[in-house]
Amino acid sequence: MATQNTKTLARLMMAPSVLLLLVWMIVPLAMTLWFSFQNYNLLDPSNVSFTGLFNYQFFYTDPAFFQSIWNTLVIVGGVLLITVIGGIAIALLLDQPIFGQGIVRILIISPFFVMPPVAALVWKNMIMNPSYGVFADISRFFGLRPIDWFAQYPLFSIVIIVAWQWLPFATLILLTALQSLDGEQKEAAEMDGANFFNRFVYLVLPHLARSITVVILIQTIFLLGVYAEILVTTNGGPGYASTNLAFLIYRTALLGYDVGGASAGGIIAVVLANIVAFFLMRAVGKNLDR
Amino acid sequence: MGSITLQKVSKVFGEAKVIPSIDLEINDGEFVVFVGPSGCGKSTLLRLIAGLEDVSDGQILIDGKDVTQAAPAERGLAMVFQSYALYPHMSVRNNIAFPLKMAKMEKSAIDKKVTDAARVLNLTDYLERRPSQLSGGQRQRVAIGRAIVREPSAFLFDEPLSNLDAALRGTMRLEISDLHHQLKTTMVYVTHDQVEAMTMADKIVVLNRGNIEQVGSPLELYKSPRNLFVAGFIGSPHMNFVDGAYAQSKSAKTAGIRPEHLILSKDSGLWTGTVKVAEHLGADTFLHLDVDGIGQVTARAGGEFGAQYGDRVYLTPDEAKLHRFDDKGIALRA
Repeated sequence: MATQNTKTLARLMMAPSVLLLLVWMIVPLAMTLWFSFQNYNLLDPSNVSFTGLFNYQFFYTDPAFFQSIWNTLVIVGGVLLITVIGGIAIALLLDQPIFGQGIVRILIISPFFVMPPVAALVWKNMIMNPSYGVFADISRFFGLRPIDWFAQYPLFSIVIIVAWQWLPFATLILLTALQSLDGEQKEAAEMDGANFFNRFVYLVLPHLARSITVVILIQTIFLLGVYAEILVTTNGGPGYASTNLAFLIYRTALLGYDVGGASAGGIIAVVLANIVAFFLMRAVGKNLDR
Repeated sequence: MGSITLQKVSKVFGEAKVIPSIDLEINDGEFVVFVGPSGCGKSTLLRLIAGLEDVSDGQILIDGKDVTQAAPAERGLAMVFQSYALYPHMSVRNNIAFPLKMAKMEKSAIDKKVTDAARVLNLTDYLERRPSQLSGGQRQRVAIGRAIVREPSAFLFDEPLSNLDAALRGTMRLEISDLHHQLKTTMVYVTHDQVEAMTMADKIVVLNRGNIEQVGSPLELYKSPRNLFVAGFIGSPHMNFVDGAYAQSKSAKTAGIRPEHLILSKDSGLWTGTVKVAEHLGADTFLHLDVDGIGQVTARAGGEFGAQYGDRVYLTPDEAKLHRFDDKGIALRA
């Protein structure tokens, strides 16, 4: 793309797809914004009127509002913590030459291919169920009382399930980064007297910084909207203990039939996502330079 | 402090015997060069000394102490790698300071040593830069700096100049030789380039297929190679090997004569040849000749010797500089 000619041509060729993307993004956003100022309830669809900021006030005063924002942040933070630390650990293990490396790698990666509702159901019915789940069996084996995960630790259970799903993604990205580390650098550090811990801190971790950033950014985008796992396990409860913002919007729209209120919630979610993105980019974005 | 002794050291990778068995003595303060064609085991041998590979059999002694099982860092050696292996996210200062930091040295002592090393290597202005902002030669010097500050008992160099361009390679060769004279520390240097070996070494170790073919000073190897391999490897351009009637007349299987020991003439001589390629380098002219009854021969003439493709020239080997080899390729001494 050196000459003026090719530049113009390239822009012309890209224009349709850029336009399509723009429309794809702008129209739903504009409609959501529009509905958020309307009194629009599906139980009474003929009576639609402008209500100003009432929907926002309604959503804001919902007793679940602040709890759902907090829960959203806990899910994002908790899952990121588990997947990044766990991902580094597993990637370090998988980087060792072992027998059956290929099969082990596929096994490790496979949870990523299970759809979220299925994964959540498997966890709910086969692993965390207080009477016939695997965890209950383990507890009983040690003579302990089985834990009713979804009743006692609903949010933590959701975090575990989602982390299980995203761990392979983090592992995969971090493993490829680990494998691109120059072998001579490791040997040089070894000759310089760095033990395993020092090699990890001074050599491996800085090398992984960029990939960790990518993992954090991509996962955050998806984790802000966790929904299926909540729906099939706790259904947001008990109370609002495991309701996040996405699930609260779902409740308002499809259980309360309140399109206006849900739209206001959607706009609030967009604002929250942007606040998170802002702080995230300030915290880790500099790793993407260079 | 820095003598290295190898006793019956061997290295086996699976089925492949990379190094069958090597005995070698490296004296304190010596500049030793391992030279040989690629795949001859010279890098493996260096890595065995460094401790980056496990010895399959035999012993390695440093200053008389058995270090065969010791970890790389415990051997008191420093290594300069082919790719320099600088830490990309650290400044030059932190790169050089890294081994000292790992040795838990005091901050003020580290600063002083890094500053000293940077002054010796002309890196003072670059201390705050990252390796990616440096030129090839500067990176090379940082790698050397990182080795120097540890004050090792010996330096190991693994083909350190092969990533540099020809001019820089010449300069760095001088700098490393100069450094050796300043520090008087043992240096073990691996290269496939026999020019580097000849110009820098106190002692050259010629390796072929994991075996030591010959050990000696550069001129020793040049003057009296022990066998055909050493004779062919040391010297540039390569020695000419002549079989057949001429060799038999000298009671040898093969006669070897270096290009610079062939006397060229346009009027008369023992052999006659046709010029195939004439390389005029200014000071020298290398003639690649097709000699009647012998075959391809390379000869060195003075820079003034005018010869072109297709010219007929006469050449006579200097009998005093002739090398003779028996049917096993071993040199025959008069």
